[in-house]
Amino acid sequence: MAVMSTPGRLPAQATGRGATGDPAFRRVALILATSVIIVVIAMLINMTWESRESLNQFGLGFLVGQVWDPVHLVFGALPFIYGTVITSLIALLLAGFVGLGTAIFLAEIAPGWIRTPLSFLVELLAAIPSVVYGVWGIFILGPFLKSNVVPGLKATLGGTPFFQGAFYGQSILTASLVLTIMVLPIVAAISRDVILTVPASQREAMIGLGATRWEVISRAVLPYARTGILGALILGLGRALGETMAVTMLIGNRGQITPSLLKAGDTLASVLANQFAEAQAGLQRSSLVELALILLVISLAVNAVARLLVARAGQAQGAGRI
Amino acid sequence: MHLTITRRTQLATLTGFTAAGLLLSACGGEAATTVPATTAPATAMTGGAMTPTTMTGGAMTPTVGAAPAPTNTAVKVGSGSVLINGAGATFPVPIYSKWFQQYSTTVNKEVAFNYQPIGSGGGINAITAKTVDFAGSDAALTNDQMSKAPGLIHIPTVAGAVVPAYNLKGVTAPLILDGATITGIFNGDISTWNDAKIAALNPGVTLPGGDIAVVHRSDGSGTTNIFTSYLSAVSPAWKTKVGAGTTVNWPVGLGGKGNPGVAGLVQQTEGSIGYVELAYAVQNKIAYAKMKNQAGQTVEATVDSTVAAANGITVPEDFRISIVNSADPAAWPIAGFTYLLVYKDMNNIKDEARAKALGDFLWWSEHDGENMAKDLLYARPAADLSKKIETELHSITFNGAPVITK
Repeated sequence: MAVMSTPGRLPAQATGRGATGDPAFRRVALILATSVIIVVIAMLINMTWESRESLNQFGLGFLVGQVWDPVHLVFGALPFIYGTVITSLIALLLAGFVGLGTAIFLAEIAPGWIRTPLSFLVELLAAIPSVVYGVWGIFILGPFLKSNVVPGLKATLGGTPFFQGAFYGQSILTASLVLTIMVLPIVAAISRDVILTVPASQREAMIGLGATRWEVISRAVLPYARTGILGALILGLGRALGETMAVTMLIGNRGQITPSLLKAGDTLASVLANQFAEAQAGLQRSSLVELALILLVISLAVNAVARLLVARAGQAQGAGRI
Repeated sequence: MHLTITRRTQLATLTGFTAAGLLLSACGGEAATTVPATTAPATAMTGGAMTPTTMTGGAMTPTVGAAPAPTNTAVKVGSGSVLINGAGATFPVPIYSKWFQQYSTTVNKEVAFNYQPIGSGGGINAITAKTVDFAGSDAALTNDQMSKAPGLIHIPTVAGAVVPAYNLKGVTAPLILDGATITGIFNGDISTWNDAKIAALNPGVTLPGGDIAVVHRSDGSGTTNIFTSYLSAVSPAWKTKVGAGTTVNWPVGLGGKGNPGVAGLVQQTEGSIGYVELAYAVQNKIAYAKMKNQAGQTVEATVDSTVAAANGITVPEDFRISIVNSADPAAWPIAGFTYLLVYKDMNNIKDEARAKALGDFLWWSEHDGENMAKDLLYARPAADLSKKIETELHSITFNGAPVITK
């Protein structure tokens, strides 16, 4: 039916009203929706304009430059891009596994009486302010890692390039772990909701074929919920990319490109938070604005790619190729 | 009612959005001149789910014990009707807070103060843009910055000492360091505590063999400016490779945010060394080193040695001077003035009451206020410098008439 293909819109006859209410409402809604888009476009344009000095000076070399020297006025973004990507990817990897596991537990395995309080607690993690995570990381996680975890890591994996050098509490590892905890509730909550929407018929069909519980989950539920889980991961990644306060308190604030997780690093958001207020008007400020522009573009790009992936996966699913 | 979207409509909509976006961003005006006003830098950034209310404290002060007032929170003092706005350095916040408080309660109850400790660079930007009535800065303006803010004058208020604070278990007596060793430590050449160069300055002290963990500031800072000016003065190699400034490209080390950040990192990291303002080291009971100054004398950082740092240095007319690496035998080598920046004709202040109040406050701080400096471990200007400052204060006018009539 024609009406069904545009959900949410009632045919004019059903409301019984004339032409006044609906068009006005539509216009208001349209204005509100477009204002958001306009603001984002305005941000992009404004930031590009503010960073014109460094764009002129360094061009594309800015993206691969490794030196950030405000005294000699040489600026490059690569160490910060590297730090942002590495911390976000590690956080996503760890939070993805733990979050998905939590979601499966909450949706499939937990008995009813534990499901609600546990879900509530997991979602509560998202409500904790970033600065509190930072302080917790400085006072508790850092020393804990230093005395209990890092010696073990170095003893077993010290040969690999990922665990070289002295550990001082503030490092890429600490920041990544705190980011994991911050991303976890997003991944867990959304995945849990998505898994709950998997129709019972899918599970029943699988059980009917003689599957064990794990096989039901892994072969019927998860593939069906795949696109939603992907969306959850991308949202988590989005949070990790932009996270500022906790990261700047824990990452050591040293812009460098190193494979070792025990060493300090720096991210785009962190360096902006540290240097922007004091930045000398001119090349330093415009370079910082360019860093902000890069971060904005990365975030938008990640979201765009995610939507494409979800749409593509949705199509494949719709075509029956699960 | 379907809305059929044609190609043309799509294109038209996209153009419309872009045009609106351009219009909006153009209306934003010269954003370069506005300072991220009252809130700490982090609010300017989009963060995942950051709660705005937590932003006023840059980093939480990770120092334990009697830490000085968290210097990244705004200093709002007084309930009077005449509100004077300032912004800038965190280095002198302990004494400025005391001055604001004393002045607004005992001298002139009509006056209230609002000082945002956003750092020297932020203060310079703010006063250049004339968004504040006065600014605080540890670094004197460069010629380039002066050209952007014509008519701005520097009023030295106090001098402070920057000390190398360290964390070495088992070493009870204060370490002795000199320019060469400090430079070596901060550029990575000297990487272990039992290095021969450090041992040579500290005979009889058993130094541990561990690595030196260097800590510096991650944010722009006047304290960094004083410290790197000293390193540039004692080491030509440092001067060319790294230089001096509020933010520099450090060869080695971790970054901590603010004096409290560095102090916290040093306290928590065994075998670390950083640089902090003297008051922070003393109040947080962090060990700090004695230095061998240019005259070869080993001095401890005290108010007296800070005062001595300004001895014998000819202060120019505009008071823009660096007092690091002083030749005076009693001088602490890593010291610096901190300035209040105001416009000579106060053209950034719109009403006379505020201008007069600010002028009166400046006079009061340079006389009665200075009596409080010693307790807070700052050095007051010497008598002859004080006279020069008085002359400068008398030259401040508002609408052509001198603001200070004392």
